[in-house]
Amino acid sequence: MKLLGIDSSSLVASVAVVEDDVLTAEYTINFKKTHSQTLLPMMDEVAKMLELDLRTVDAIAVSGGPGSFTGLRIGAATAKGLGLALKKPLIHVPTLDAMAYNLWGSHALICPMMDAKRNQVYTGLYHCREELEIVKSPCAMDILDLIEELNQAGQQVLFLGDGMPVYGTELERRLKIPYGMAPAQNNRQRAGSVAALGAVYLKKGQTVLAEEFQPEYLRKSQAEREREAQAGKEKGE
Amino acid sequence: MEKRMSEDTYVLAIESSCDETAAAVVKNGRQVLSNVISSQIALHTLYGGVVPEIASRKHIEKINQVIEAALREAGMALEEIDVIAVTYGPGLVGALLVGVAEAKAIAYATGKPLVGVHHIEGHVSANFIEHPDLEPPFVCLIVSGGHTHLAVVKDYGEYEILGRTRDDAAGEAFDKVARAVGLGYPGGPKIDKAAKEGNPQAIVFPRARVEKSPYDFSFSGLKSAVLNYINYSKMTGEKIFVPDLAASFQQAVVEVLVSHTIEAAKSLNYDKVAIAGGVAANSALRAFMKESCEKEGLKLYYPSPIFCTDNAAMIGVAGYYEFRKGVRSGWDLNAAPSLKLGQSL
Repeated sequence: MKLLGIDSSSLVASVAVVEDDVLTAEYTINFKKTHSQTLLPMMDEVAKMLELDLRTVDAIAVSGGPGSFTGLRIGAATAKGLGLALKKPLIHVPTLDAMAYNLWGSHALICPMMDAKRNQVYTGLYHCREELEIVKSPCAMDILDLIEELNQAGQQVLFLGDGMPVYGTELERRLKIPYGMAPAQNNRQRAGSVAALGAVYLKKGQTVLAEEFQPEYLRKSQAEREREAQAGKEKGE
Repeated sequence: MEKRMSEDTYVLAIESSCDETAAAVVKNGRQVLSNVISSQIALHTLYGGVVPEIASRKHIEKINQVIEAALREAGMALEEIDVIAVTYGPGLVGALLVGVAEAKAIAYATGKPLVGVHHIEGHVSANFIEHPDLEPPFVCLIVSGGHTHLAVVKDYGEYEILGRTRDDAAGEAFDKVARAVGLGYPGGPKIDKAAKEGNPQAIVFPRARVEKSPYDFSFSGLKSAVLNYINYSKMTGEKIFVPDLAASFQQAVVEVLVSHTIEAAKSLNYDKVAIAGGVAANSALRAFMKESCEKEGLKLYYPSPIFCTDNAAMIGVAGYYEFRKGVRSGWDLNAAPSLKLGQSL
């Protein structure tokens, strides 16, 4: 079983190939260049190094959100184009689930957090049991609310994601529980995790047709939010 | 099923620069085998204009269906396609990126050459679809919601820009005026329709010329004059007859567009004139341009309305000629939201 993994949900661009429980290639760049310039050349490099015939890939696993709207769409369009051309299914791997999978084996509660701007993070909570267990489903929430919730839970937490440096001071000041930060090799998105978790989904038959795949943004567009707020005001809400 | 000859070139084209998700198959740069457009106009009407984020989300939702429909309607399998062409600018960056990433992945996975196409060059090339006799050189007026250019098409994909708008694009002026009189979005077709019931001489609006630049345009003065007229009427309690206002405004735009174009063709000695872009579907522009060209002995070309709006067939035509010139885009092709005509990246 061979899977191609893609993650372009944040500043990180990452491409990986997982074959029968082995990571055969992973290429990750965390740099200012746009994904449009990096993602496909990276994939090309990986394919060349592996002497990979793309037609032998069983499925394309892609980080499906939340994250940067444009970043998610570049990953989605790339995966959808590959799926269309190769006639292969896609696997929608929630971004935060894949990030939590970076820290598989942790005894602490795993808390991936991505900076969602406006004092919010995209976050979720995970536990390692038989499988990766979702304690709190992915959502966008206020950093202070998250800290409050973690204090209430009272368990040890391991953080990762680009929300860490942004809200590090808040965490340090307000958290009353023991916590740690994931190290450099595991604290951002990795396509290896997307592909590996994708393999778990594939075994369960959880695939999507390329034409049906679309990102899960977890947030409406600004225009829609403003329009709804306006409609709410007019109704006197 | 399309019968394939070995010397034929089939282009699969993708366009997602604004609010239409489109794909097409074009044979040998002239024959459109399919032209599928998924329009989002109804969605954006709620907001009075195109919302970039909503447009981008719709593109990613629809793009595979649209491409597959284009192949199906052309009676072709992806394997039979020779070239993948895609609009990479100008346009809305988030919207462009969907088509660009999709096209790159398809070209990469199938090992087919990729050609990035200039959206405006697409509009110009729409004229080749229904006019097998049309070949460069000719003078072309390009008018749309985002662009107003007067250019000489010297050869396929080779342009000399004679003039451009100094402020608003012609289509933008239509949208703004339509909004001001409550006709709504999209403004072009709404003004065109209302104007049919009105008198173009009813209100005198200015015909702007740009000093020392005979081929440049300026529509912001005209737009202000219309808005002032509306405000003045409101203040004095005078009721505005929208058809008269629409017809008079439209006449002011059309006269300037036509006179610049005719002047350019005559003084530079070209006998062919073409119009392109969304506003090229405007009935008053077509009628007045036709009348003026006949008077001056110029041959006029314009696309059917379906090829005037954003579509992928025109991208397939332009892509074919770029491909023939040897243009190939790399896997690092990026969206170029403010790409200028005659410029490539």
